[in-house]
Amino acid sequence: MKKTDPDLLLFHAPLLRQGMTTPKAMRDVLYALAPATAASMWFFGLSAALILGACIAGAVMAEWLFASQEARGESLRDASGILTGLLLGLTLPPGLPLWMAFLGGFVGIALGKVIWGGLGHNLFNPALLGRAFLLATFPIAMTTWVPAVSDGGFFQVYAGNLALPFMQAPVDGVTAATPLGMMKFEQEVTPLTNLMFGKISGSLGETSGLLLLLGGVYLWLRRDLDWRIPASILLSVLIFSAILSLVDAVRFPSPLFSVFSGGLLLGAIYMATDPVTSPVTPRGAWIFGIGVGVLVMLIRVFGGLPEGVMYAILLMNAATPLIDRYTQPRVFGRGTDSK
Amino acid sequence: MKKNEFHEEFIKGIWRDNPVFVQVLGMCPMLAVTNSAINAIAMGMATFFVLVGSSFLVSTFRHLIPKQVRISCFIIIIATFVTIADYTLLALVPAVHKELGAFIPLIVANCLILGRQEAFASRYPTKLAVMDAMGMASGFLLALLSLGSVREILGDGALFGMKLFGENFEPWVIMILPPGGFLTLGVILLFFNWFRLKKDEFLEDVAAAERGGN
Repeated sequence: MKKTDPDLLLFHAPLLRQGMTTPKAMRDVLYALAPATAASMWFFGLSAALILGACIAGAVMAEWLFASQEARGESLRDASGILTGLLLGLTLPPGLPLWMAFLGGFVGIALGKVIWGGLGHNLFNPALLGRAFLLATFPIAMTTWVPAVSDGGFFQVYAGNLALPFMQAPVDGVTAATPLGMMKFEQEVTPLTNLMFGKISGSLGETSGLLLLLGGVYLWLRRDLDWRIPASILLSVLIFSAILSLVDAVRFPSPLFSVFSGGLLLGAIYMATDPVTSPVTPRGAWIFGIGVGVLVMLIRVFGGLPEGVMYAILLMNAATPLIDRYTQPRVFGRGTDSK
Repeated sequence: MKKNEFHEEFIKGIWRDNPVFVQVLGMCPMLAVTNSAINAIAMGMATFFVLVGSSFLVSTFRHLIPKQVRISCFIIIIATFVTIADYTLLALVPAVHKELGAFIPLIVANCLILGRQEAFASRYPTKLAVMDAMGMASGFLLALLSLGSVREILGDGALFGMKLFGENFEPWVIMILPPGGFLTLGVILLFFNWFRLKKDEFLEDVAAAERGGN
């Protein structure tokens, strides 16, 4: 019997308690994402809410289905499934059929987390794994972008959203290229203010750079994320694209465009910093971040895809155990050559 | 008793010792050619023919094959049947033959076939060896077919080339590609292991209840 208001509390050491627990950290990330989520609903209306809801439902359902009888409540309470669903939803195009969003959330948790042994054991970021699965499975639906809704059209749902399960989305007349797509295939630059405040086509969460940064600052103040990772990603992208735009300013995007376009901010702040799938050592965090930044630019500039944040982070996730192994600090009192 | 033994040798290959789901043998054709049900059947039939034929020959001549060179003898016998299967498929169903490509000659290297010769056919009488080969080959065929059906239904919305869901079906591209093979096989293995776990638990419960009753 646990008393909620005991007269006398008896503890054994350690007596110093830290307020930070996994559910709290997860909830902090959810709060940090709230502005960007609200913005996605502002720009894409009810569709955004529906897609995010479908992703979260899929993720939570997988959590519930594959949990053992005893752990069933536990894995739902720490909110990590909800966070995975939300993050996945923010990387999806607004016109995606809802059943695909649900499937993505389900696969992300099932193949990205549960199969590895649950929270804290996975090698890859579950949300990005779900997205990679969707991109490989439905390449056309995942790269069909619709323009943001016009003013006052909140309750207007994109026709693609309501496709029946296993059926194709009806062909929507209006599609729009993302800023990165326009840059890559038409050499057309989107103004920076649009990239910062939204009002561009793209996935749900990547339209407003400023709100994503705001959430990042909140997380940094709450000490929920390792600032080295986003800092090194953004810095390496800045430097890489500065060099490129010095070489040829017409063909290659400007540094600020590179940082604010696509899913870079979303990926750098919320996905690369996932404590489970990123290195724990400070030196490792720098190596990880630089690796992600360089890979992003390599894929964007020299690869066939306009956007490379997802694959860059997944590739560096795979390298994380190796990075951790080679950046272990020397144990005090031992030589450098001993293990 | 004798009849029961025959029966047992056949059944074990289909379920208890299924070459794919339990022994995890023959992965190469399993993952490579199961992107449609018809390919899976063709591959399964070819393997069936090769396995039963070579088990028959190996078992018949098991006293004549010198122990020191038995592997090369097995391979020569297997390769003979694979060549027959290769030309038969080419003559009867050239389209499927083209689709399967290099994987028909590669039946020679299927560890399931060589494994059955080494483990069973070279030690047991011909009748049992043929029963065992038929059981194993049927198990392999069923496994290929189940994988091929799942991948064709999801990846193409069709089964044996017939559309199941109408024109608007959204194909799961990944299922036709190699990752789909790994994913489907993984999910089926997951199901098999879960089933065995549940069965063991059930048997333990029954045993415990009986002990308690006594």
